[in-house]
Amino acid sequence: MASHTVIDELKRTQILELLEQGKRVDGRALDEPREITIETNAIPKANGSARVHIGDTEVICGVKIQPDRPFPDTGDKGLFICTAELLPLSHPTVETGPPQPHVIELARVVDRGIRESHMIDVSQLVIKKDKSVIGVFADNVVVDYDGNLFDACSYAATAALLTSKTPKWDWVDDKPTLVEGEDSQLPISTIPVSVTMGKIGNHIVVDPNGDEWDIMDARVTITTDSDGNICALQKGGFDGFTQDEIIQCGETSVRVGAKIREKLKAVQQGGQ
Amino acid sequence: MGGRDATMVLLDENGIRCDGRKIDEPRRIMIKAGGLKNADGSAYIEFGDNKILVGVFGPRDVHPKHMSNTDTGILRVRYHMEPFSVTERKNPAPSRREIEISKVIKEALEPAVMLEKFPRTAVDVFIEVLQADGGTRCAALTAASVALADAGIPMRDMVAAIAAGKVADTIVLDVNNEEDQAGQADMPIGYMPSLKKITLLQLDGILTPEEYKKCVSVGVEGCKIVYELQKKALHNKYFGNRDD
Repeated sequence: MASHTVIDELKRTQILELLEQGKRVDGRALDEPREITIETNAIPKANGSARVHIGDTEVICGVKIQPDRPFPDTGDKGLFICTAELLPLSHPTVETGPPQPHVIELARVVDRGIRESHMIDVSQLVIKKDKSVIGVFADNVVVDYDGNLFDACSYAATAALLTSKTPKWDWVDDKPTLVEGEDSQLPISTIPVSVTMGKIGNHIVVDPNGDEWDIMDARVTITTDSDGNICALQKGGFDGFTQDEIIQCGETSVRVGAKIREKLKAVQQGGQ
Repeated sequence: MGGRDATMVLLDENGIRCDGRKIDEPRRIMIKAGGLKNADGSAYIEFGDNKILVGVFGPRDVHPKHMSNTDTGILRVRYHMEPFSVTERKNPAPSRREIEISKVIKEALEPAVMLEKFPRTAVDVFIEVLQADGGTRCAALTAASVALADAGIPMRDMVAAIAAGKVADTIVLDVNNEEDQAGQADMPIGYMPSLKKITLLQLDGILTPEEYKKCVSVGVEGCKIVYELQKKALHNKYFGNRDD
């Protein structure tokens, strides 16, 4: 997934030949994501969790919610932080050690999509203004790799957040004190959905699988909210997009995202 | 207009922004090609209050060797901010933000540089942000393109970059620091005007599909303005000052 091999060249030729006939290696339509399965409460010790499969890509997200100090300039807002990590067991090329740039990008893009949609109303997560706020940490771990980690981590984090229960803390004796038995849903205002598209030659495919991911020229990840607005975008890869392609990708992300949002809505209703 | 001092007006009734610009007007941009003696190519850009220096080395041997590619040259980009470049001192160690921006700029430049002509070599681009004031990644990418051209590295096109965004419910060109903090959306765009390709694109903030379309087109038009200034900078160095 990092280095380009002779096998990749052969794969590319085959994938491109199929695309010329309007077909994909795994038989999907160009704008068709793989099957997505979402299992929530996979880790009961977490405040919320989800295990997401997109095809053979598998991600587990756990949400931890705990009192924290606010940032100095935003004492009236709680914290939301989302991370992502590739575990060494997810792919033979993944090594332990400090995160590679592509993993840092992954974590930041997933975080940005959820943050910029204002999914969680952090102004409701204040225990004592300027002193103590509630921190919501959504940590993704990639367990198995078959392309498109951006969407897998995004859906896992979103599903975990939608089904999270936050404890209640009161400000007593100058410190946050847990109030037992007062768990509630997080203040959710919208459901963000990211849709990642890969560009292979002049073709754009939704949700590239591992083979497509390895040989694609460029990619774009677009996150939309429940109102059908676009709230975050990240282009990557070593080629560019035309203006028309980028507009097209925007439209695709709204359309495909709406269908995936229904799945997440069902998860939210099931978790309540 | 009373109350201007109390709360910053991002966009007044005459369509003038907080720093006096019109909605489709970029900040003052000054690009200089060359300037560094040791680098193979260099450029300096002042983009509003941003001050950024770029040095390019290569094509040269790759260290560590295992990074080299027998089919093509590789491009390496380091975007780095000086500790004194921002209001509060920045830790000089590379942050996650800087690592991401380095990657995004690298991928924005790759389509422009003919790396396949130099197998087993590396082209290194070092970007030093001396002073930051919103929109550093665009200014850095713009200057990096000029520095690569200045190094004489074969290129298909130069990448020009600028941000479009949404401020006070209006799509504007070249979002500055205040507008980024208080504004509604920021969309940095890198564009190769001759090849008509977008090579850098990011967005944070909420846009309707219509506003999204408008934002991309405002950004692309802005890149064409920046492109002219890039060409002028190279012209000034190699053919003497061009009178406007």
